[in-house]
Amino acid sequence: MNREQVLEQVQNTLGDRIKNLFVKNPRRVYFDVDPGDVVEVTRIIHKDLGARFCIASGMEMERDFEILYHFGFESEPPEGVLVSARVHLDKDKPAVDSITPGVPAAAWIEREMHELLGIEFRNHPDMRPLLLAEDWPADVCPLRRGKPWEGKVDRRI
Amino acid sequence: MSTTKPKKTESIVPIGPFHPLQEEPELFRLHVEGETVVDVDVDIGWNHRGIEKLAEDRTWDQVTFLIERICGICSTSHPIAYVQAVEDCVGGVEVPERALYIRTFIAEMERLHSHLLWVGLAGHFLGYNTVFMWGWKYREPVLDIFEEVTGNRNHYAMMKPGGVRRDMDEAMFPSIHQRLDELWKKLELLAGAVIDDPVLHARLKGIGILTKQDAIDYCALGPTSRASGVPSDIRRNHPYAAYDRLDWEVITAKTGDVYDKAIVRVLECFESIKICKQCLDNMPKGEIDAKIKEVPPGEGIGHAEAPRGETFHYVRSDGTNSPIRHKVRAPTFMNLPTCKATVVGESITDATIILASIDPCYCCTERVAVIDADTEKTLMTGKDLVRLSQEKTRRIRKELGQ
Repeated sequence: MNREQVLEQVQNTLGDRIKNLFVKNPRRVYFDVDPGDVVEVTRIIHKDLGARFCIASGMEMERDFEILYHFGFESEPPEGVLVSARVHLDKDKPAVDSITPGVPAAAWIEREMHELLGIEFRNHPDMRPLLLAEDWPADVCPLRRGKPWEGKVDRRI
Repeated sequence: MSTTKPKKTESIVPIGPFHPLQEEPELFRLHVEGETVVDVDVDIGWNHRGIEKLAEDRTWDQVTFLIERICGICSTSHPIAYVQAVEDCVGGVEVPERALYIRTFIAEMERLHSHLLWVGLAGHFLGYNTVFMWGWKYREPVLDIFEEVTGNRNHYAMMKPGGVRRDMDEAMFPSIHQRLDELWKKLELLAGAVIDDPVLHARLKGIGILTKQDAIDYCALGPTSRASGVPSDIRRNHPYAAYDRLDWEVITAKTGDVYDKAIVRVLECFESIKICKQCLDNMPKGEIDAKIKEVPPGEGIGHAEAPRGETFHYVRSDGTNSPIRHKVRAPTFMNLPTCKATVVGESITDATIILASIDPCYCCTERVAVIDADTEKTLMTGKDLVRLSQEKTRRIRKELGQ
């Protein structure tokens, strides 16, 4: 498959679950999905269309949280395409279903986003902290904006 | 902490976090029954530096130097991925051809020294200290070339968004050619010694097998996946720098055992020498910098094939002079979980070499967590640590009912 065919296949398979498709250039494609669709969409991309799960990147924005799930299509070199599916999550209580049923390789990165950004992943098989110490306070998320630990540290020690 | 409580017949053998067989801190808990490993639990997080958070406080140019410090061994794969992410974010950047060739040369030299380092370590793990001495001896001329070209044996600081920072001097090329030719001959000896050795065959063949399906499911990367027959190579699939203009092969193997992983790395060294020599021969003259003026709001992704697999960088810009988000994913982050598939069922005597066969690079994997300067002041004074420690003791006492 060349790049156009990959894009066409993704669009045909996912249909109207794709929102705001943005082809930045032939090698980079972004689109939004509803948080409710994310498990199904990532499973289809990884299992049915055979893309490699690269990683997910979460970030806190002004109005919401964003997670981008990055997939690499590399069926026919050198026509690789990176497809990134984006979900927007609630600013106050960011939570989304874990994509590990369809994409087991996402287990570690969801643990990482959970502890560093405080995003809740429902149905994750093993939500222990990955990188932070075992006694790190659960509500202090290092990658959140500002200084979330202000005034909290003293209370805990 | 372990997820599963060990059964009565099981024992837990911890390897790490500080262990003479590991070059970096990492804790593997091997659940063993007799001598067979029945489960493995990986505990990472001993090497945190908070580089993703730090990147948000640096300018676009400064971040290039910051992320070079992620890893001392693959210290150019992260900058390559990052500068490509920035170029992707800016959009329409025409990096001069000469800069692309220099990037390729540096990246392949790095693969060469990294693979030689691993071959040496693997030999050491197995009790083949001659291989260790050879591997590291042959690595020296590579580092010497680095020093001449970039001014440093590690941390070359060659990359910048839009090009490279330093030009290469054509007068050096004949001498580099000559040393690479010598290295080729010595590597043939080394490869012969590894490929034909019956003891190594007996020791490495058929152990720690990562099947093709497992490699795909775990999304394994680099030599770890190529040894299992997945021809995934960013240099080929998503061409960057000058790789699509050069003649080289993607090395794959079939069974995915430790032997195949070693062979893939050894054979890749030859491909790297081929690529380096072609870079020197075909390097066009001209500019080395596209001179990017500013980074507009937007996002960009860059990835590159590090010696251990794909390095993935995502940057987000709001139009200011520093990224508002910089996500770094090193290859070991995806490769390390494969130990669940490779170590379980094997003998404990093979565990170390299996765990080492993915060429784990922990400091890359653990660049994320954060200690803010402010927190450090509050949290990390000796007094506070003592208090924390006392509190923990009290908690444990309470739990034990004493």
